[in-house]
Amino acid sequence: MKSNKKRHHLLDALWKIQNQHGCISDDQVQKIADQFGMSSIEVEGVVSFYHFFKRNSATTFTVYLSNNIVSKFKGFSKIKKAFETGVGVSFGKKDPTQMFDLHETSCIGLSDVEPAALINFRPFVNLTSARVHKLIFYLKAGADIDELCDHPQSIIQFKPRNNKATFLRTYQAGKAINQLPSLSPESVIELMRLADLRGMGGAFFPTHIKWDGCKKQNSRSKYVVCNADEGEPGTFKDRLLIQEYPSLCIDGMIACGYSIGAHEGIIYLRAEYNYLRKKLEDTIQAYKKKKWLGKNILNIKNFNFNIRVQLGAGAYVCGEETALLQSMEGYRGEPRPKVYFPTERGFLNKPTVVNNVETFCKAARILELGVDHITAAGLPESKGTKLISVSGDCKKPGIYEIEWGMRIQELLDLSQAKNTYAVQVSGPSGELISSAEFERKIALNDLKCGGSFMIFNQERNLLDVVQNFNQFFIDESCGVCTPCRAGNFILSREIRKIRRGLMDQNDINKILKWGKIMRYSSRCGLGQTAPNSLIQAIEKFPDFVNEYLTADNVLNKNFNLKEAVQDYEKAILKYSRYE
Amino acid sequence: MSKVPFYIDGEKYFAEAGQNLIEAAEKLGVFIPSLCHYPHIDPPLATCRACTVNIDGQPRAGCLCKIKEGLMVEFDTPDLRDNRKAVIEMMFAEGNHFCPACEKSGDCDLQHLGYKTGITATRFPHLFIDRVMDFNPKRIVIEPSRCIKCQRCVEEVLSVDGKKVFSFKNRGNEMLVSVDYAEEAKLTEEEALRAMHICPVGAIMVRGKSLARPFGHRKYDDEESSDLIPISQAPSIKTSGGKKTVATTSLAGCFGCHMSMLDLDLGILDLIEVVEFNKSPLNDIKNFTQRCDIGLIEGGCCNSENVEVLKKFREMCDILVSIGECAIYGGLPAMRNTIPLIECLEESYINSLTSENNENIIPAHEDLPKILDQVYSCHEIVKIDYWIPGCPPSAEHIWKVVKNLLFQQDYSVLYPEFKYD
Repeated sequence: MKSNKKRHHLLDALWKIQNQHGCISDDQVQKIADQFGMSSIEVEGVVSFYHFFKRNSATTFTVYLSNNIVSKFKGFSKIKKAFETGVGVSFGKKDPTQMFDLHETSCIGLSDVEPAALINFRPFVNLTSARVHKLIFYLKAGADIDELCDHPQSIIQFKPRNNKATFLRTYQAGKAINQLPSLSPESVIELMRLADLRGMGGAFFPTHIKWDGCKKQNSRSKYVVCNADEGEPGTFKDRLLIQEYPSLCIDGMIACGYSIGAHEGIIYLRAEYNYLRKKLEDTIQAYKKKKWLGKNILNIKNFNFNIRVQLGAGAYVCGEETALLQSMEGYRGEPRPKVYFPTERGFLNKPTVVNNVETFCKAARILELGVDHITAAGLPESKGTKLISVSGDCKKPGIYEIEWGMRIQELLDLSQAKNTYAVQVSGPSGELISSAEFERKIALNDLKCGGSFMIFNQERNLLDVVQNFNQFFIDESCGVCTPCRAGNFILSREIRKIRRGLMDQNDINKILKWGKIMRYSSRCGLGQTAPNSLIQAIEKFPDFVNEYLTADNVLNKNFNLKEAVQDYEKAILKYSRYE
Repeated sequence: MSKVPFYIDGEKYFAEAGQNLIEAAEKLGVFIPSLCHYPHIDPPLATCRACTVNIDGQPRAGCLCKIKEGLMVEFDTPDLRDNRKAVIEMMFAEGNHFCPACEKSGDCDLQHLGYKTGITATRFPHLFIDRVMDFNPKRIVIEPSRCIKCQRCVEEVLSVDGKKVFSFKNRGNEMLVSVDYAEEAKLTEEEALRAMHICPVGAIMVRGKSLARPFGHRKYDDEESSDLIPISQAPSIKTSGGKKTVATTSLAGCFGCHMSMLDLDLGILDLIEVVEFNKSPLNDIKNFTQRCDIGLIEGGCCNSENVEVLKKFREMCDILVSIGECAIYGGLPAMRNTIPLIECLEESYINSLTSENNENIIPAHEDLPKILDQVYSCHEIVKIDYWIPGCPPSAEHIWKVVKNLLFQQDYSVLYPEFKYD
C-alpha cells in the first residue's frame, strides 16, 4: 500500500483513534503503520513513549492521579486508596468490568489544589476520600462527567504595586498586534532587546537573539512554536495565562511570526491541559474572523500567519525544546543531540523559534505597554516581573506576579508560610533552598526561577521529597542516554538504602560523585539536573543524612543476612514436608 | 582542504576543519572511547556519552564536536577519565552482561572499552533487571539484557520497503530494543548478519550464526599485545618483612580460579619460597591458624555459609582480593538474580522432570546453609581492596597483582592478559 500521510500528523492520528476506540489496538497500530508508511514496531515505539496512549485496554473512564510531592503531602495515599476501594481495582491493574483504569501520573499542573486527578482528561481538584467515593458512584450510575468535573481557577494572590504588573492586568485582544503596521520586523526585535525579554521557561536565553537568529535564516518556511508543555512539577502559571489571557499569548506569537518572517505558528499543548484546548481554539477562530490570522493580516502586505494547536500525549521531557520538536514531527520525544539550534534547523528542519507561553505573553505586553513600563519593575540587572506558582505548605497557594529581586523570605511571608524548612525553587530540576538562604533574591543573577515554588515545612521529611523527585525523573527520562537512564535508577537504589539506615559516610560520598557524573555527561537538561535535589539535600541539610548514617566499617552495612535469607525460609515453609 | 591547528590537552594537532573530533583524533593516534559513533551516521547519535570531553571548559560529547581552528579539547584529565569510565561501568551495571556466557565476547565493543579503560569491578550496584528474550523473529534473536541502547540498529537497518526493522519501545529505564516481525522476515541472510555485526554488544543475534568468528579470530583477539591496561587500584599496602602468608577460598565459584592459580606450574615452586599458604583448598588447611597478609576470594556469596566464610576472611586478612567474575559481581550464578528465588527453587525441586514422587521438597536442614535471595558480589558484603577480573583470570595476572601487593613490585597488565571471559 502506498503511504500518503505526513509523519507530523502521527500524534493527531493516534489521538483520533484513541478518542474513538478508547485505546489503540494491535490492528489500529498496523493500520496507522500502513497509512504512514512505517513499520508497526516504529508506531509502537511512538505509542509506548507517551504515557497517555493506551494499548489494547479500552475502559469507560481513565483516571490519572497526580503523584507530585505536594499531592503526596496533602493526602495522596488516602485518595489513591479511595479510588481503589471505590472501583475495586488496584492502580495499574485491569478492571474486569472495563469501567475504570487507574494510573498515577506526574504533576498535572494543579499543585495549588492538590490532591488532584484527571478523569477522561477533565480536572477534579481538592479531592477528599468522600468525594472520590461519590464521584465513582455517580460515574458508575451514568452521570455526565462534564457536569461533575471542576473548573479550577487559579487564584491570583499578589501583583506588584504601583501599576507595575505586566501579566496580571486586563488585556484587550489585538491591542499588541495593532502596533505591528507601524513597526518594521527589525524594530519589533529591537523592542524585545530594549525590554531585555528572556525565555521565561527557566533558561532565560535572550529572546531577541533567538528571534534575530531565526530572522536571518534564509528559508521560505519558518515556524513559531509556543511551548505550552508546562510540565515542571509545581508549575501552573501557564495554565492561568491560557485560561485568562489566551489572546495575549497568540498576539505574542503573531508578533514573533511578523518579525522573523514565519507563516505558521503551532501551540504544543500538554495533554494534561486538554480542557484548555477549546479556549485556545475558540480564540484562534475569533482571530481568524477578525482577520488577525490568515492572509495579509492587519493589511500588512504578504503577512500571512496561522496558528494551530498540537496536543502532546504525556511526556515531561517534551518540554525540552528539541524533544518538543521531535514530538511535533511524530517521533518519540527524545531530545536531539545539540548540533543545530532550532533557529537553524527546527520543526521539519526549518528555522523555528520556540518560546513558552509566558515569553510570548510578555512579548505582547512589551508591544502594548511599551519598553519603559516593563523595565520600570525589577532590578537594573534583571528587569521586569515574573509569574511564580506557589504551592505546598502555605496558607495562600496560587499565582504571584513578583518583581525580579524579591527575597525568598518576602515571598514566604506573602504566601503566609509558617515554619518553613525548605523551598524547592524551579521544580525538581531546580534548586533546593534551606533556611540559611532565605535572604537570597529571586533574580537572574542570584536565584533564577522558572515559575515553580514549592514550600515544605518542618514536619516534612526531606527524604520523601528527594525520593519523589527521583521517581519523577525515572518515570520521565526518555532513556536515550546512559547517565540519565541508568543513573536515576541507580540513585533510587541508594536512596532506598539511606531510608533503611544502611549507609555510612563513604556511601554518601559515592552518591555525591555519581550525581556529578550524571550532571556532567547527560545529553539534555533532564539528566543533568536530575540529581540536583539529592546532592543539595546532602550538602545543604546536614541533619538530613546524619539521621540515617551509621559508622564506617569494613563490613558492608547494606547487607543484612537475616533479610537475605527470608525468601528461602518462606520457600521451605511453603513446601515443608511436615505441614 | 587545508588543515587547521587544534589542541588536545594543550598539544597542537592538525586536521581538516569540519572533521569529526573522534575520527580526527583516532587518525592522530588519540583514542577517544565511544560506542555509538559511526562515521556515516550524521548527525551523530550521541547516546552512549562514553566520549565526554571538555570543550572550552564545558562538558560535551566528543562525537558532536567538529574540528575548527583553535579548538581546545580537554581529554585526558583524571576527572574526565574517571567520568568516561563511570559511564561505561553504568552500562555494565544496567544490563546483564555475563561475558563468560556471551556469544559476542571478544567481538564486543563494550567489553573492549571495559578493557581499554581498565574496569575491574563497576562502582555501581548491578541492577539485575529481568528482561525477556525475543525468539519470535524468523532469523534474529533479541537479547535486550545486553542492549546498551546505542540506537544504531534503529537508524541503520531498514527493510526493502525502507521501513525500520528495529525500534525502541517504552521509555526511561524500561526502554527496550524491539524488532518488527514482518519487516524482519523480509531481511536477507546477509542483511540479518549485518544487523548482528553492527550491534556493538550481543543484543542482536542470528540463529545458528551467533558465534560469528571462532575464538582466536575475534575482533579484539588481535589487539596489539603491547597495549597496557590502565589499572587504577589504590597503591599497595605496606606489610611487614619476612615470609608472607596467603589464604584462599572458593565461595559460590567453580574452582576455576584456583585451577588458574595452579597454572603457574613450576612457578609455584618459586612462590612457596616467598609465601606460605594458610587456610586454602590448595593445601587443605580448613581453619585459619594465624592472621594473614592477603586473602584471595573466588566466587560470590549465594548462601549463608559463604557470607560467614567471607566475613572470617575479612577478619583474618589484611588485604582481600576478589578473583574472577563471580567474586566481582556474582558471575554466572548471578544469572538467577533476575528471577525470584522461589521460582528458581520450584523449577529445580518441585516442577523438575527428574524429581520423583513424594520427593518434591526443597532441601532444608539445620546443617545446610541457607540460600540467599540473590547472589551477592563480595564487596556488597565486606570491604574488598582489589579486584582481578576474568573467568578465570590468567595465572600471570593473579601472580602480578599478588607480587605487587606483597612486595610493592610495579606491575602492568597487558591487553591479552586482561579478560572478562
